[in-house]
Amino acid sequence: MAKFTTLTSHAVPLPAENVDTDQIIPARFLKVTDKSGLGDSLFCDWRYLKDGSDNPDFVLNEAASQGAQILVAGNNFGSGSSREHAPWALVGWGFRAIISTGFADIFKSNALKNGLLPVEVSPEVYKSILKAVQLDRATKITIDLPTQTVTGPGGLEASFPIDAFSKHCLLQGIDQLGYLLSFGEEISAYEQRRT
Amino acid sequence: MTDIMEPRTLFQKVWDEHVVVQEPDRPAVLYIDLQLIHEVTSPQAFTGLRERGIRVRRPEKTVATMDHSTPTLPKSLWVIDDQAKAQLGQLTSNCEEFGIELFPLGDSRNGIVHVIGPERGFTQPGKTIVCGDSHTSTHGAFGALAFGIGTSEVEHVLATQCLLQKKPKTLEVRVDGQLMPGVTAKDVILALCAEIGTGGATGYVIEYTGSAIRGLDMEGRMTVCNMSIEAGARAGMIAPDQTTFNYLKGRERVPQGPDWDAAVERWSQLRTDDGAAFDKTVVIDANKLEPMITYGTNPGMGMQLSAQMPTTDAFDDPSQRAAFEKAMRYMGLEPGQPLLGKKIDVVFIGSCTNSRIGDLRMAAGIFSGRKVADGVRTLVVPGSHDIKKQAEAEGLDRIFKEAGAEWREPGCSMCIAMNGDNLEPGQYAVSTSNRNFEGRQGKGGRTFLASPLTAAAAAVTGQVTDPRSLLLS
Repeated sequence: MAKFTTLTSHAVPLPAENVDTDQIIPARFLKVTDKSGLGDSLFCDWRYLKDGSDNPDFVLNEAASQGAQILVAGNNFGSGSSREHAPWALVGWGFRAIISTGFADIFKSNALKNGLLPVEVSPEVYKSILKAVQLDRATKITIDLPTQTVTGPGGLEASFPIDAFSKHCLLQGIDQLGYLLSFGEEISAYEQRRT
Repeated sequence: MTDIMEPRTLFQKVWDEHVVVQEPDRPAVLYIDLQLIHEVTSPQAFTGLRERGIRVRRPEKTVATMDHSTPTLPKSLWVIDDQAKAQLGQLTSNCEEFGIELFPLGDSRNGIVHVIGPERGFTQPGKTIVCGDSHTSTHGAFGALAFGIGTSEVEHVLATQCLLQKKPKTLEVRVDGQLMPGVTAKDVILALCAEIGTGGATGYVIEYTGSAIRGLDMEGRMTVCNMSIEAGARAGMIAPDQTTFNYLKGRERVPQGPDWDAAVERWSQLRTDDGAAFDKTVVIDANKLEPMITYGTNPGMGMQLSAQMPTTDAFDDPSQRAAFEKAMRYMGLEPGQPLLGKKIDVVFIGSCTNSRIGDLRMAAGIFSGRKVADGVRTLVVPGSHDIKKQAEAEGLDRIFKEAGAEWREPGCSMCIAMNGDNLEPGQYAVSTSNRNFEGRQGKGGRTFLASPLTAAAAAVTGQVTDPRSLLLS
């Protein structure tokens, strides 16, 4: 997994609430057997017109969105299915962090395992970040994981929560399976105890 | 470990039993008793194992089925495209290589993962059960702690039979009273989603309690637990009781003979102790529930069938108002209007929410002696081959076919529209499935979620109809 320490980037505003994983990556793209290449299908049904050309009204297609690594999204982002294809697609497009007032549980868990940082902020902070980004699409937002702070224009600074273990894994760029595998003896003892 | 004298919730008991290690400032290492896998969310997990050179720790604790992209047309193994075919093929080879039991396409034990788990008796009270599928919450109906996981976690369980989990909070949803005729388990869960919203239970495990829940059969309980995730809860649980034991007794994979009696004794302890505290409680009065339907693009956008959709000024919060307006535009609906009488194009009866024999019986009760309305396409898709056989033994298939509905092979079908069963752009469907997200049942398709009774009533009238008017006549 890619390390995450500090990220400074312009952002893509997507203020819709309850963006579900079927919007992030529609089910017809789940027939893949690897993780790569899903970035092209991210938000597919919003992003492309019937003839397959870019929908000029969708924010991801705007010139100002290109190269952005932060998504600013409405509440309850990632609701719905457990498909890890959703973070794979977001990371595939280039996102490394999502700022929202809330994330669906399974999505959050999946995102953290793919170096994609869910940054949960209060409605007030969300609104000021969204407003700043919408007013000036070049606005830079900085997300600093060691101090768990997000900073933006006009002295905006806010902290965000993350559990200590996920933070540790992101900072070191290590995945969780290694940690789990280190408990082989304890797991064997547990299995013995229960049989 | 928790002091055993302290009253505990059902969730807490199952959780405590499965904690292998709990280090400070770390998630718990939680033991998983059963993993279910299917073709869509498992390939990358096996690839991960191969890349690391790891074997599956306990292959006998994982069971595989094919359901998401499988065809439902009779007597055919036609798969929608080469990509889906390759994915199914990969599940077969992965199961062979790692020694995992598979119920493949065409096997008489094949079916939707959340239907065959309970049906074959893999699902049992007190177990921890996971699957790379958010509707794993279904299995909580048996008093199991069951939740959906991502593909990385599928790999974790294959490799270690454990998961790293942060302990969730608990939410009691107490449904007091008794359901009126024509009001079903589906209406209970749609009412909960409408009340607390699609993210209302995020961070919680729900325990459903109360007389109306006790009064449900196992199929109804599964319907309720299945859609816990639609309110944001990863898991929903119901304490096992005689109804649970009656359902499980004699099933293929449950303990038999003296082991069965011991199991029942153990399972009987799996209930929330008097005085145990939940982090939050929501109370629903079953007596006041009516058939429900969704009008919007998430399962929380629901209302009583006889109600009018909200008006835009009902939303004070600008982002909620925007979400509502967006949903109305997608659905092609006018705020403030009723849905009763709305013409529909397709009816889908199936999915891990409502494809069991009781669901089919309910639907057949409406179809019996009636015809599917002109211009309406109706799909009835049983959840498993066992259910299909049972329905055919009871003559339900004849009722569906004589009414003009399509009687299909088991699978997820039009719930997720990966297999060629899908809505056309702009079409309206009344569906017994669990998600009305934009494009969920086919790009541009518009979904009204409802019970099997309401879906069948829509099929025979061609419009959104209160099924109680047909039950009485």
